[in-house]
Amino acid sequence: MESPGTGAVLVARIEGIGFWADGLPTWQAARDFAAGGAPVADAPRRPSPALLAPNERRRAPPTVAVALDVALAACEAAGRDASELPSVFASTHGDLAITDYMAATLADDPRSISPTRFHNSVHNAAAGYWTIGAGCTAATTAISAGTASFAHGLLEALVQLAAGADAVLLAAYDIGATGPLATMTPSEGLLGGALVLARGKGGTRLRARLVDGSPDAGDGPLARRCGGNAMAPMLPLFDALAAGSDAVLLDAGPGRALRLELVHD
Amino acid sequence: MSLSPIPALAIRAYTATTALGRGRAAQAQALEERRSGLRRNDFGSDPLDTWIGRVDGLEDESLPAQLAGWECRNNRLAWLALQQDRLPEAVAAAVQRHGAERVALVLGTSTSSIGATEEAYARLADGAFPADLARPRVHTPHSLGGFVQEATGLRGPCMTVATACSSSAKVFAQAARLIHAGLADAALVGGIDTLCGSVLFGFNSLGLVSARPARPFDPGRDGLSLGEAGGYALLERCADGESGVRLCGYGESSDAHHMSAPHPQGLGARMAMADALARAGIGADDVGYLNLHGTATPANDAVEAQAVASMFGDALHAGSTKGWTGHTLGAAGIVESVFALIALEDGLLPGTLNSQALDPSCGPQIRLDNARADVRYAMNNSFGFGGNNCSLVFGRA
Repeated sequence: MESPGTGAVLVARIEGIGFWADGLPTWQAARDFAAGGAPVADAPRRPSPALLAPNERRRAPPTVAVALDVALAACEAAGRDASELPSVFASTHGDLAITDYMAATLADDPRSISPTRFHNSVHNAAAGYWTIGAGCTAATTAISAGTASFAHGLLEALVQLAAGADAVLLAAYDIGATGPLATMTPSEGLLGGALVLARGKGGTRLRARLVDGSPDAGDGPLARRCGGNAMAPMLPLFDALAAGSDAVLLDAGPGRALRLELVHD
Repeated sequence: MSLSPIPALAIRAYTATTALGRGRAAQAQALEERRSGLRRNDFGSDPLDTWIGRVDGLEDESLPAQLAGWECRNNRLAWLALQQDRLPEAVAAAVQRHGAERVALVLGTSTSSIGATEEAYARLADGAFPADLARPRVHTPHSLGGFVQEATGLRGPCMTVATACSSSAKVFAQAARLIHAGLADAALVGGIDTLCGSVLFGFNSLGLVSARPARPFDPGRDGLSLGEAGGYALLERCADGESGVRLCGYGESSDAHHMSAPHPQGLGARMAMADALARAGIGADDVGYLNLHGTATPANDAVEAQAVASMFGDALHAGSTKGWTGHTLGAAGIVESVFALIALEDGLLPGTLNSQALDPSCGPQIRLDNARADVRYAMNNSFGFGGNNCSLVFGRA
């Protein structure tokens, strides 16, 4: 449902896609599943992002692991050098496990807070590890907009293109909630999606416009499988990309939707 | 990508509320009088031995009844700051001109209302949140953006930016892009962060908190004083020939070095400052006042001083106002942008408070004393964890 919008139409080429969900550890696995295939039976339980040193891969918080995995996959699919792209990281809740740890430790023994977990608690931890791992000095940002987090991350990436960037990386992710916080901010499993968006013609193109209205129900195969994760509002787009559909409405906040038209060559 | 100058945006209203008081006049007066807002830490039941910049009377404030579901310290400060300096009238006028769906809302914070989550964990009953805090909307980062969106009725793009201590500087850059791309005709930007256990004990765990009031750029500096603050600015396209203060340029970069320590040569800081100058279409010598990040940690101040000395001439007046307000984290960007705007409008250039001497790394740009001068351009630096840097250039026409 939508009503005519006001304002600009933003355009981009989708050069590369990255994806991770439980049992669907790549975009190819997600596409195969969306086309009626089975999930990957022996998929790893969490990503092991190649951008980090081997010891850091194990220690990285799950938010960082999933964000870096999908971000790198999107860059590789696009044939882009990760060190050159400005980036936008979107997460509804950030690292819910670290928030649970911080709140529980502060209630119990505040002077025992782990310095590493504290600096990993910032919402831009994944963005920071990404720029460090990729050796990227370009701008990066980290945003949240509730259920509209993905749509606003996409808007920020699109306006960076409009402001002159050749290509922009967008990575969106949320993890499962733990502890008492899970009763307030329910979220299940690991879910990440990334796009490299660029200027230019050809390939899959996206036209975006902010309108009044409500988002699509999210009844595609990926949305049904991963609907319990807080980043699920991005899934109508990934289902549309997998199915080759030509339009989708994403949650853009109270009473608002981001209308995306997709053109596939 | 090569940077060309961007169209400046008019700043139609701005305000800040800090430990120095409520609204612009309270900030300007305390800066002029060199009166610090820092006090011995009296926050929480088991306070660390440090000094803080606490907003007086925040405990006695309350939200209007229709917004009560958003109640928490951070949203109370967001509301209090929103009422100052005729900001509601300015926002209403922008809505009147453009429509609510054409006014964007971009707010920065580092910890949003995590203080409410901390309080809930301290009062868990059989593992469940106490009833008065069982409100999901305040236990997530977008608590801030969601609250101010409902409080103002704005319907344009609305997001919470959380890049640690650069958050509410980056909001200016993101809002400028939204306006220049045609997604909005005006934007309310700002930032709010409030004291909470996470930041007090977290920065303490990293050994970055001083037991004395912060002494930026002093050779004996040994860490920061934490503070809380909130502020806003209303951005809109400039009318032809319009006078007043404006956002002229922004620069954003990443250190690509370390999560909690700056790049040793200040690579990212230099890139952010250079890009902000390029987008403003001015040279370093055109800048009359620079509000430094100047946290009073040994590493930040040495690196920032060297970066400034390498880029600017001796005439620049640069200082850190952290000795007045404390480091207000995700609100530092908006608070210190307000101080830069005060420098442009009032000719009041703050120096650096609490410090007795200047570190040998400081060039002649970094000043202890306040000065009075007529300046056309002022810059603000904000650098955050993750090596996230943002510099802004403001001007007066």
